[in-house]
Amino acid sequence: MTPAPAPEVLKAPLVVEFPFTRSLGPVQSAFLTGLRERTVLGVRTAGGRVLVPPVEYDPDTAAELRDLVEVAPTGTVTTWAWNPAPRRGQPLSTPFAWALVRLDGADTALLHALDAPGPDAVRTGMRVRVRWAEEREGSITDIACFEPYDGPATHEPGPHDGVFADPVTGIVAPARLDYTYAPGRAQSRYLAALAGRKTVGERCPSCRKVYVPPRGACPTCGVATEEQVEVGPGGTVTTFCIVNIKARNLDIEVPYVYAHIALDGADLALHGRIGGIPYDQVRMGLRVTPVWTEGGRYPDHYRPTGEPDADYDTYKELL
Amino acid sequence: MSKEPVAVVGIGQTKHTAARRDVSIAGLVREAAVRALEDAELTWADIDAVVIGKAPDFFEGVMMPELYLADALGAVGKPMLRVHTAGSVGGSTALVAANLVAARVHRTVLTLAFEKQSESNAMWGLSLPVPFQQPLLAGAGGFFAPHVRAYMRRTGAPPAIGALVAYKDRRNALLNPYAHLHEQDLTLEKVQSSPMLWDPIRYSETCPSSDGACAMVLTDRTGASRAPRPPAWMHGGAMRSEPTLFAGKDCVSPRAGRDCAADVYRQAGITDPRREIDAIEMYVPFSWYEPMWLENLGFAAEGEGWKLTESGVTEIGGDLPVNPSGGVLSTNPIGASGMLRFAEAALQVRGRAGEHQVEGVRTALGHAYGGGSQFFAMWVVGAAPPST
Repeated sequence: MTPAPAPEVLKAPLVVEFPFTRSLGPVQSAFLTGLRERTVLGVRTAGGRVLVPPVEYDPDTAAELRDLVEVAPTGTVTTWAWNPAPRRGQPLSTPFAWALVRLDGADTALLHALDAPGPDAVRTGMRVRVRWAEEREGSITDIACFEPYDGPATHEPGPHDGVFADPVTGIVAPARLDYTYAPGRAQSRYLAALAGRKTVGERCPSCRKVYVPPRGACPTCGVATEEQVEVGPGGTVTTFCIVNIKARNLDIEVPYVYAHIALDGADLALHGRIGGIPYDQVRMGLRVTPVWTEGGRYPDHYRPTGEPDADYDTYKELL
Repeated sequence: MSKEPVAVVGIGQTKHTAARRDVSIAGLVREAAVRALEDAELTWADIDAVVIGKAPDFFEGVMMPELYLADALGAVGKPMLRVHTAGSVGGSTALVAANLVAARVHRTVLTLAFEKQSESNAMWGLSLPVPFQQPLLAGAGGFFAPHVRAYMRRTGAPPAIGALVAYKDRRNALLNPYAHLHEQDLTLEKVQSSPMLWDPIRYSETCPSSDGACAMVLTDRTGASRAPRPPAWMHGGAMRSEPTLFAGKDCVSPRAGRDCAADVYRQAGITDPRREIDAIEMYVPFSWYEPMWLENLGFAAEGEGWKLTESGVTEIGGDLPVNPSGGVLSTNPIGASGMLRFAEAALQVRGRAGEHQVEGVRTALGHAYGGGSQFFAMWVVGAAPPST
């Protein structure tokens, strides 16, 4: 038995981002197309309130709302917070106020950026107006920001049919999350061993099963695993599929075989690619061994050892 | 004190399709919810709480549906809960809602699940580039295909079984106006000759990507007594989970599924599911999962599930119809797919399934699973109220 050494715990950035698309539906389509045309639309509820930005369903009664109203591009700050250090993707790159602005003719406030020289220049109740973006495409950023404005309301709210030429019907809503990922001690130990081309699992002190890759705990017994056990290098293909679809970001020619491989001494199969044999000759029970490539963190693939196939009964619990 | 009996008095779903570009997500869920209210002849004011489920956040990038969709679902001023259990979420969402009624916390609950796959990317959501880990080499179908091969090896099932399931479910879908795929010209030969994606799974044996939503109104005995149409009564509901991978996991017939089925049958007083259940809506995203789940759920002995499929027992005219709606193989808005199974089971016992109604259904099973075969949710519904 080898006690587990304390490994260097790894960390790496993980950025998750995706450009999600969104269909707008009738109300948001009119609102965003309106912004492109320098027109701010709200929606009137049965109770007579004008909601800006407009919503599809009345927050009080759940009734469907379709009665569009044009409001003024001028309004009043109802509350605000100073943002001294703008982040990427925010409306302005210099410090600004996040403000709730009730546009003239609206009963609710819209959240946006207010361009002001400093927090001393901002107060609740101050008058502001829309600063339109030079290039507008049907997006909330068609309002570049708000700016101080001393004048009165420019017009009363009036009905609007919401009809524009070439309406915007969808937007792209990019999502991005930045993480620092730490795989933990067990996986760090596993990776350290792989760097020496050894596959090292961990044995559960309770059920005695050997986990590869180790997770630091046995999911069945709920206890920490500490005892390290070298497994393989030989193993048995317990089951597999032949992949005929080329995956993005994966530089593997199709068809290839994706297999569950029970390394000798392990109590569950890990997943890997089979090579060194035509894909249509791979079979359950095939005996394999890892093939390493220079600089690879994991075996590139597993190849047949030439041993006779394993008997089904020896691996049927490890599929 | 015994539990309050739970009745399904309203069911609504959208016409499922590849892309609903005409509506926002709010508009999509609203459609299903309004149809469920109309079926129950209730209004928003009659709903005491809303329970919503959807696919994992990364799939479609809606992180807080309970916040975004409160207006559309009339939830303002009411409790609103969100449930997460990967692909089984539609089933577990319905069960969380049902438990609120059974526990007499709320009298009438709206439950809803949805997904707009056209505005999401499940493949991407499932393959985040986690540092230090090997990329998953095969995608979702590739994850399940080795289990299908293991099933074939274990049972000696002939390779043709999978195509039979796909052909049956797609033909059933022709009877369901809400189903996504309506492949009028499909033949068994076309299924059998469709491209092999993840051998042994062919293209026609995989589920589509759909936009859709499903909603149900669940209520207590008093609510059921006022219902304008026959309710479906819940006779049992159960959920189980297990890790994705562990030593000894049976990926072909997971223990969590067997235990969940045993629990739901015990609650419903069912000792012989094969004889006592008249129709099943089970979660079959890849055709081979029909025979696999028939065994896991106790409808066939181990190794015998494929024989039920092969002999036509699971056809709409057979004595144990499986997925008369066309199932996940014909309609797959992932977040809603589990609730669709539960709702279709309820439609069958209410006698309101339309063209795909199975004659004489008194008891039906709704089944959902998710993740790496690790979350299970099931309910048994009946035409008659539970006796206890």
